[in-house]
Amino acid sequence: MSGATLLKESGPREVFCGLTSIVWLHRRMPDAFFLVVGSRTCAHLIQSAAGVMIFAEPRFGTAILEEKDLAGLADAHEELDRVVHDLLARRPEIRTLFLVGSCPSEVIKLDLARVAERLNSKLNGTVRIVNYSGSGIETTFTQGEDGALKALVPLMPTSQDEQLLLVGTLANAVEDRLVKLFNRLGITKVSSFPPRQSTNLPSVGPGTRVLLVQPYLSETARLLKDRGAEILCAPFPLGVEGSMLWMQTATSSFGIKDSTVQEILNPLILRARQALTPYKEKLTGKRLFLLPESQLEIPLARFLNRECGMQIVEIGTPYLNKEMMSKELELLPENTVVVEGQHVEKQLDRVREKHPDLVVCGMGLANPLEAEGISTKWSIELVFSPIHGIDQSSDLAELFSRPLHRHELLNRKQLANA
Amino acid sequence: MELTLWTYEGPPHVGAMRIASSMEDVHYVLHAPQGDTYADLLFTMIERRGKRPPVTYTTFQARDLGGDTAELVKSHIREAVDRFEPKTLLVGESCTAELIQDQPGSLAAGMGLNVPVVSLELPAYSKKENWGAAETFYQLVRGLLTNQTSTKEQKEHLPNRWKEANRRPKVNLLGPSLLGFRCRDDVIEVKKLLSDFGIEINVVAPLGASSDDLRKLPEADVNVCLYPEIADSTCQWLERNYGMPFSKKVPIGVGATKEFLEELHELLEMTPPDKNQISRKSRLTWYSESVDSNYLTGKRVFIFGDGTHVLAASKIANEELGFEVVGLGTYSREMARPVRAAAKELGLEALITNDYLAVEAAMEEVVPELVLGTQMERHSAKRLGIPCAVISTPMHVQDVPARYSPQMGWEGANVIFDDWVHPLMMGLEEHLIGMFRHDFEFVDGHQSHLGHLGGHQEKPKDDPQSIPSESSSSEESPTWTPEGKEELAKIPFFVRGKVRRNTEKYARQAGCRKIDGETLYDAKAHFKA
Ligand code: SF4
Ligand code: SF4
Repeated sequence: MSGATLLKESGPREVFCGLTSIVWLHRRMPDAFFLVVGSRTCAHLIQSAAGVMIFAEPRFGTAILEEKDLAGLADAHEELDRVVHDLLARRPEIRTLFLVGSCPSEVIKLDLARVAERLNSKLNGTVRIVNYSGSGIETTFTQGEDGALKALVPLMPTSQDEQLLLVGTLANAVEDRLVKLFNRLGITKVSSFPPRQSTNLPSVGPGTRVLLVQPYLSETARLLKDRGAEILCAPFPLGVEGSMLWMQTATSSFGIKDSTVQEILNPLILRARQALTPYKEKLTGKRLFLLPESQLEIPLARFLNRECGMQIVEIGTPYLNKEMMSKELELLPENTVVVEGQHVEKQLDRVREKHPDLVVCGMGLANPLEAEGISTKWSIELVFSPIHGIDQSSDLAELFSRPLHRHELLNRKQLANA
Repeated sequence: MELTLWTYEGPPHVGAMRIASSMEDVHYVLHAPQGDTYADLLFTMIERRGKRPPVTYTTFQARDLGGDTAELVKSHIREAVDRFEPKTLLVGESCTAELIQDQPGSLAAGMGLNVPVVSLELPAYSKKENWGAAETFYQLVRGLLTNQTSTKEQKEHLPNRWKEANRRPKVNLLGPSLLGFRCRDDVIEVKKLLSDFGIEINVVAPLGASSDDLRKLPEADVNVCLYPEIADSTCQWLERNYGMPFSKKVPIGVGATKEFLEELHELLEMTPPDKNQISRKSRLTWYSESVDSNYLTGKRVFIFGDGTHVLAASKIANEELGFEVVGLGTYSREMARPVRAAAKELGLEALITNDYLAVEAAMEEVVPELVLGTQMERHSAKRLGIPCAVISTPMHVQDVPARYSPQMGWEGANVIFDDWVHPLMMGLEEHLIGMFRHDFEFVDGHQSHLGHLGGHQEKPKDDPQSIPSESSSSEESPTWTPEGKEELAKIPFFVRGKVRRNTEKYARQAGCRKIDGETLYDAKAHFKA
């Protein structure tokens, strides 16, 4: 293991709950609908996190529990049946309906698995109903995707075929690029999960090697393993180095010769490193503080440190799966402070005290920090942007250098006068 | 259970946050799971606040539920009080905590804190944001005032005591809050307005007020209820308990501003304002009279939003701009009654709903030329190709402009004239661009802001190209011939929908199967007659 110093902290947290991942999942699978069974708070959270992008009729919604639903669970079940029925009648294009549990539905013990089962037998396969929890008492932000994917695993067909399965939502263009690269490297069958069509689930079985695209899918990985797949352990595909090691983990597992891999990847690596240079100049020596939110904090810090020369002040992470992160932790410099959990006030005290050049944080904290003269980057942007793979490395670096660049532009006078 | 794709209002505890964040020295401990911290971004993003809302969330987790969540609440309260040293502590819970019944309010009360505690009970499964804001403001005022021994003078409140005391009359401005529509600037404008008449301001609350300011409320002669959604219950309580009368007119629009001033003068027993002092103070009046505004005559406008702004807008549209109000509604159940009454006066039935799709459908049906609504109506109007101005919350970051842009008072009326007429003009321009699009100056794809604002390019629904052609349509509905479509395309887009529907209606009535140019003109004549 590395020299990272692992600390724990608890207290008030400032993170999204798992419902938030609906914001990108519904875009990945346009034939699916995400129905949260929750409160007005849940509805308001999703629409606020989705921000300005409201669609004519979004593919997510909330069945808002009302007083009478709390009074009797039997009625709540009936009511939910009615809501689902109305929804499906109105939106015949829906093929998969995710019933998403929330804190209120869990506290009142509304058993969505049973509801799903009942509705499935009623609907007779025309629409598939699955359920998972995105509640804030159980899940943090990106963990919602883990729940959604986990719910789909049992529906995946079985196959003995040798194949590579990429797990985690990717931007479509990035996915195409990565699949093509793997093909060129000699892995012929590459599928992605989640798929672009919810009904078009990839197969899984003993011949399947799973390569995780995102670091927050531990439960999904566990179920895939139960279905016979082998889970490859690699750093995550952020930055040149991470993406390269990630791809190499797959190629070596498929027995592809190193020389072949180098021949194909080296030109890409060279090009990507070149593209990184201007950002590296901007970022080198700058001090970075990551507040916990998306689970991408550790891989991002590793990239920004090793390839962009940033100094890490602190890495916050909402929770730490040491096994999943082992390859990442190994790459961190000696004595890097990794704090699991959060006490937002104490953490902000440390931010103020250490005065980093850039803070990666949630949207609620960004402007207040900016107002204190600290540049920020929203972590939610990182789960929406196409940042994975060797070719995207400079784009990823650009995301972090822009706030610094802007800060400089706006403070030029001051610097000159100083 | 209610299926909601999008909601106009957040839960009631977000209303409480609006009050806490508006004030200077209040802290709110909210018993809530971690995901509820999203609400901070409403303030820091939409309002671009450089300060975090003064809220401590207990962020309890499933594993805490088996144990002692009450102890968890208490430790967060203790820490928040130590760290933030508030002058007043609000304690409450969000939807989930309401179910586990830890009663954080009584827990706090039993802790022997040396700070006043106001406990909030905001039923999350039946109430919404504005109600929560109003209730919080009311509980705060009540909580801070009833701890005080009121002086005799306060009990026998006379709105004209300023005369005896030989001072200027003074009022409280109640209701402005963060995440309210243009409150920041309304306060400045109303202050200015009142100072012209020698009326002083005692306290503005909750926006910018401290706990001590709230304690000072009874020192004013009269309360001004600027935003009834937020301040009505507080004003009523102050009237009942301190005998303070309050004004009911909201000064949005020229006429309403006059009425407001007259009402306030009367309440304060001042000599009524001189006619010269209150006429033609806003440019709206002359701008509306000027010949250039002739084209505004009878513009059909659809209005939807919160109660206060919708009522004001319908009056301005109708009486000050010469528009025709063709739809009126609100998402605010608390304001349903006055909105219904206003609609009835206009011969309309008010639309009271929280379902934006129902609002969009109503809009589509009456085919207005201008929509005045919330950020959601802007989206819907855009889909329908209708110009729109935002007049009410909920809003986007772009509805919190950097420039001074109140809605209230004389300047507010000026702003309203510009804000409403501008999209109409842009709509016209768009049409002209369409007409001249074959001229070389107009490169392909040139569009006014209506076309590119925000990016999702959706074809307006009345694009003639999208009308089903003859072969594809069903039995009952008449079909458009290519020549008919061509003729329809020449109709300005903002009335095209109406013309199309009328023509189809006429064709059906007349038993006509094919619509060509002539049918269109027949229909036009028919509906004029
Ligand atoms: S934390 Fe719980 S109650 Fe709050 S939005 Fe998330 S699921 Fe809903
Ligand atoms: S286009 Fe996008 S940003 Fe603009 S108003 Fe519509 S949703 Fe909001």
